[in-house]
Amino acid sequence: MKYVDEFRDPAPAQALLARIGRAARRPIRLMEFCGTHTHAIFHHGLRQLLPPQVTLLSGPGCPVCVTAAGDLDRAISLAGLPGVTLATFGDMMRVPGSHGSLQAARAGGADVRVIYSSLDALDLARRNPERTVILLGVGFETTTPTVAAALVQAATEGLTNFRVYALHKLTPPATAAILQAGEVALDGILAPGHVSTIIGADAWQFVPRQFGLPVTVAGFEPLDILQAIADLVEQHEAGRAAVHNLYPRVVRPGGNPTALALMARVFTPAVADWRGLGEVPASGLVLAEEFRRFDAWPLLVEHGLDRIQAREPASCRCGDVLRGAVAPPQCPLFGRVCTPERPIGPCMVSSEGSCAAYYRYADAVPERKDS
Amino acid sequence: MNDCILLAHGSGGRLSHELIEQVFAPAFHNPLLARMDDSAVLPTLPPGARPALTTDAYVVQPLFFPGGDIGRLAVCGTVNDLAMLGAQPLALSAAFVLEEGLPLPDLQRIVASMAKAAAEAGVPIATGDTKVVEHGQADGCFITTAGIGAIPAGVDLSGANARPGDAVLLSGTLGDHGLAIMSQREGLRFEAPLASDVAPLNGLVRQMLEATPRIHTLRDPTRGGLATTLNEIAAQSGVEIVLEESAVPIRPAVQGLAELLGLDPLYVANEGKLIAIVPEPDAGAVLAAMRAHPLGQDAAIIGRVQAGRSGRVSLHTVLGAHRILDMLSGELLPRIC
Repeated sequence: MKYVDEFRDPAPAQALLARIGRAARRPIRLMEFCGTHTHAIFHHGLRQLLPPQVTLLSGPGCPVCVTAAGDLDRAISLAGLPGVTLATFGDMMRVPGSHGSLQAARAGGADVRVIYSSLDALDLARRNPERTVILLGVGFETTTPTVAAALVQAATEGLTNFRVYALHKLTPPATAAILQAGEVALDGILAPGHVSTIIGADAWQFVPRQFGLPVTVAGFEPLDILQAIADLVEQHEAGRAAVHNLYPRVVRPGGNPTALALMARVFTPAVADWRGLGEVPASGLVLAEEFRRFDAWPLLVEHGLDRIQAREPASCRCGDVLRGAVAPPQCPLFGRVCTPERPIGPCMVSSEGSCAAYYRYADAVPERKDS
Repeated sequence: MNDCILLAHGSGGRLSHELIEQVFAPAFHNPLLARMDDSAVLPTLPPGARPALTTDAYVVQPLFFPGGDIGRLAVCGTVNDLAMLGAQPLALSAAFVLEEGLPLPDLQRIVASMAKAAAEAGVPIATGDTKVVEHGQADGCFITTAGIGAIPAGVDLSGANARPGDAVLLSGTLGDHGLAIMSQREGLRFEAPLASDVAPLNGLVRQMLEATPRIHTLRDPTRGGLATTLNEIAAQSGVEIVLEESAVPIRPAVQGLAELLGLDPLYVANEGKLIAIVPEPDAGAVLAAMRAHPLGQDAAIIGRVQAGRSGRVSLHTVLGAHRILDMLSGELLPRIC
């Protein structure tokens, strides 16, 4: 398949693995921020193929997983309000809150719709003028411009029954928070490809500048990831720390100016609560003044749902997993009580969650000697 | 006749009779149904043959999708469940739950499609029933079909029969049905050239069994896809199954849409494909028989059965790594970013 098969070719993959093996003269610890990278790495079995000096740690790059328990509980409560249709991306459906999930709320009669694009939520609002359609705005910079576009469109059309529960998060502040905490020793960052398409490779310049670490922006195919790892290993060995963009087929230094301008018009940065990281200043996005009338928050206040006290599942270590402080199998619940069928924490639910990746694929690790 | 389904169509009275006489009977016309008694009477089985019975309920949205509709699905699904035991279908039953307000032309289209699929499979729809529920209590049309088939003497297929050393064959490309349906769902208007593969497989199975009756297992990878079905077989037979990623046929349009949605075609439903597990010495003959049939043109040997760890399915990736293919958990839902 064009643009996919080329990036899964075994011959160049072997060459890159040999290059990594030659370059890595000492142990190196790299964090892949993005959950889609984590899954691609497991899906293609890359961990088994890498030399033992190279350790990959998974970061907080799963928008579903980093949604704080209280925010999730409020979203579920919104879905239960009379006259409300909650529109959500599919990933959120199964995430367990303190009492049930959106999936359970739907089974209990709540009107929860899975959408594939933010504009689908607008469509729901147009076709159901008697209902209030609330878009559950979860996602990083990749998804946010589409929600911004939907809001601009809603304003243009003068829709009055469309709202957004804005839980959008920004990736650079989360990365800075992890590096600042210093809890996890890292030698380099594999930067998210999709997010960087929007924010640009230059948005990562703070990592070498403030933390002295190399950053490489990577795509999601096996060759993209191996090439980025090779680059990070070589930077590390040479004592260099720079931002390298190895995904130039979609990522530009300045990102996507149209999307950035749209986000800046519709949203304002605000403190956000991250599962695992807690409150991180200026790491979330709320609706700007001009679009405040589309905010779902006043509905929560009106129904006394803004002060919901969330209960984190006991012994669930999702938060530690999201910081890279523990690997999923170190969680006492992993694979025993917490499985993809009966997830306790969000990292086991999402297709971008580290626990789900470990659970689904980690059994392959003993095969390492055979392959 | 009215142009949409009314509650009275399910009352057993005049409108019910009209529906049978004007819609069902002419489309399904066959000697078993024509007697219009409370049960259909089937012919005696051939000597040595054993009867097989299966049933399945069909709910799908949208009712009509590229490559098929709920009617074709309801016939093919049940014919295929029989075929996976090596049975040739003798008769089907069809029970309809219709939602008040369903446009009559839609029902006629569904029924015509069932008749066509039944003709392809060479099986009569011998008996049936219709109920109508109030608007909002069903989603247009639900169909339950049951089928009786005859397993020829000497054929013994089961998910428990896979043995170490056997070859794993697949009759064609994966994921076509599930992604064709998904591409039509509300809000996902992809203009990809996708069509469901829904088809009756009994003809293909007959041709394979003529090549050798020694086939161990046949299974159609419907919901949960290839990965889930192979997990079931591995568990039932107490064996490990190892696949070669590069050998699994997937259409580029399917792969493309799956990549976009974050779905793995190995977990997506198929309605016109089968997995065959056969002793290694017979693999070549069975593969040739599959490829000689229109529904098996893209057939391939995709893996092997090993003693290994009981119940495990793994994949040897293009890059030379191994990974586990677990069962599908939960609903297939597209990701956020």
